[in-house]
Amino acid sequence: MKKNLVLYALATVAATFFLSACGGSAGGEASSAAGPEPDGAGSSDELYVYNWGEYIDEEVITRFEEETGIRVVYDLFETNEEMYPIIEAGAVTYDVVCPSDYMIQKMIENDLLAEINFENVPNVDQIDPAYMEMAQSFDPDNKYSVPYCWGTVGILYNTKRLEELGVAPPAKWADLWDEKLSGEILMQDSVRDAFMVALKKDGFSMNSTDEDELQKAKQDLIDQKPLVQAYVIDQVRDKMIGGEAAVGVIYSGEMLYIQEEVANLGLDYTLEYVLPEEGTNLWLDSWVIPKNAKNKENAEKWIDFLCRPEIAKANFEYITYPTPNKGAFDLLDEELQNNQSVFPDTESLVNCEVFRYLGDEVDGIYNDLWKEVKSN
Amino acid sequence: MSKKILAAPYLLWMAGFIIIPLALIVYYGLTDKNGAFTIANVASIGTPEHVKALWLSLWLSLVSTAICLVLAYPLAMILRNRGIGRGSFIVFIFILPMWMNFLLRTMAWQTLLEKNGVINGILSLLHLPTQSLINTAGAIILGMVYNFLPFMVLPIYNVLCKIDDDTINAARDLGANSVQTLLRIWFPLSVPGVISGITMVFVPALTTFVISNLLGGSKILLIGNVIEQEFTRGSNWHLGSGLSLVLMVFILISMAVIAKYDKNGEGSAF
Repeated sequence: MKKNLVLYALATVAATFFLSACGGSAGGEASSAAGPEPDGAGSSDELYVYNWGEYIDEEVITRFEEETGIRVVYDLFETNEEMYPIIEAGAVTYDVVCPSDYMIQKMIENDLLAEINFENVPNVDQIDPAYMEMAQSFDPDNKYSVPYCWGTVGILYNTKRLEELGVAPPAKWADLWDEKLSGEILMQDSVRDAFMVALKKDGFSMNSTDEDELQKAKQDLIDQKPLVQAYVIDQVRDKMIGGEAAVGVIYSGEMLYIQEEVANLGLDYTLEYVLPEEGTNLWLDSWVIPKNAKNKENAEKWIDFLCRPEIAKANFEYITYPTPNKGAFDLLDEELQNNQSVFPDTESLVNCEVFRYLGDEVDGIYNDLWKEVKSN
Repeated sequence: MSKKILAAPYLLWMAGFIIIPLALIVYYGLTDKNGAFTIANVASIGTPEHVKALWLSLWLSLVSTAICLVLAYPLAMILRNRGIGRGSFIVFIFILPMWMNFLLRTMAWQTLLEKNGVINGILSLLHLPTQSLINTAGAIILGMVYNFLPFMVLPIYNVLCKIDDDTINAARDLGANSVQTLLRIWFPLSVPGVISGITMVFVPALTTFVISNLLGGSKILLIGNVIEQEFTRGSNWHLGSGLSLVLMVFILISMAVIAKYDKNGEGSAF
């Protein structure tokens, strides 16, 4: 969901020497040249966009500005958790934001979002109804959000390296506990994603709030830790391409880039992506409008613009994360449409779930358990 | 009067970028989600995970500081004894990497230490067994020493430069041998620089989270990582601030130490 390590890097470097400078807001400020004014006048020719790093084709922003005459102020965030307090505090008012499923649910529950006036977003028809349905797991009446990108989390593996180790290609999460893979596993360095792997392995829901299930998942992650080479986020991609590890947990959206890169570099191994049998995280990032947005109509224009098939296609080609836009999908080459790593069959998604917001208290429990895993 | 006006921009700077952020941290650190006063955030340093992370941070930064001191002192002596001409060129070479971003340099170490990295590449070329270097506590110490060594060298070098040659010559005239001169003359006179160097290495090493993330593969949790996670992943600014306040205690202690041993600011780095 986020690719730009360098941005994160630059944002955090300032905080390195003086940790007391707060890392959270540094991330928001450093990512863009011009941050919105805290008390900016609500003139109608402006639009404050808050999005993930590398999550749009910049050309699309320029086209939007030229077509509508609206000036776009574009800011970036790296995690949902970093974005949330900034929207909640309301010191900076953004008009349109692109969070993930469970975070949208949290924002709805805490009354931070405005209903979208779909009369201004006719192109929402282009979104495949299947994804509108999927979105109902966090936005029950499809009132607050318009899907932008979706994907799965799976296991990426290096065929040659596994052969050398004498390990069969992984097919399920439990394969990540194989002791032959010691030092060859890259895990995701985020609470929910890491616990998803362990919970799913044990046959539990990844939205589990059951203390016993969570304790079991925690113990599994602790048991797995000696086998893990590193907990990383964006680096899984580059480390796997570089042949650093045999298996890695990765977001499906990286697959197109990886496949291209492996072909370009002429490597003597191939990297394959598999959706684990036990099921996985099906995620959806959607556009929402915060309640305190000052330019709501412009935000709707923006969402409508991004739903246009040719615009969605341009964005897909740039970010390579699967698009829920039916019109854009139809414009793609057949080969790409049939690429199972990017657009898996619906049958293979039966056991998958969408993350739900579990409440602050449960979030706190997850965080504490994760800290136990990390400090062990 | 006019001189006071000249100080105004600096005062504004201090208020805006030092006092206000610090006040915010104190505010967040001492309140809960509803804004009510609590010391729970600060007290949470006592949980087993936090204690473990803090001890590990203290231990790793102590080791790195000790290594920095052992490396830096002889280097500073050599630089000082070479005199201005050649010495300043070496100092220049030494400061040169500091012009490059701290993070890029740490990422470069990643490339060097990786399993298929430069060092292991050379080892396998020589038919030597490859080593697992990255994602260990050793790699983190290496990163700390590498990044913070200049902060140890420069204060010591500055102090040593201020020691009059006559003092040394007098010691030699009076029959002190090299070891005695080092222990009885050089070292006591350079204490302000050493103390300043120690704090300038120890404090950033204690609070770092980038080095442990990049070179430790996030497998080793330092107190800096805990705080960073609270801000960027946990959305819990209150707990993060509370733990920052605890870390500030260590910074205050080191400031007190500097004030005691380096009264005239001789040991400043630049």
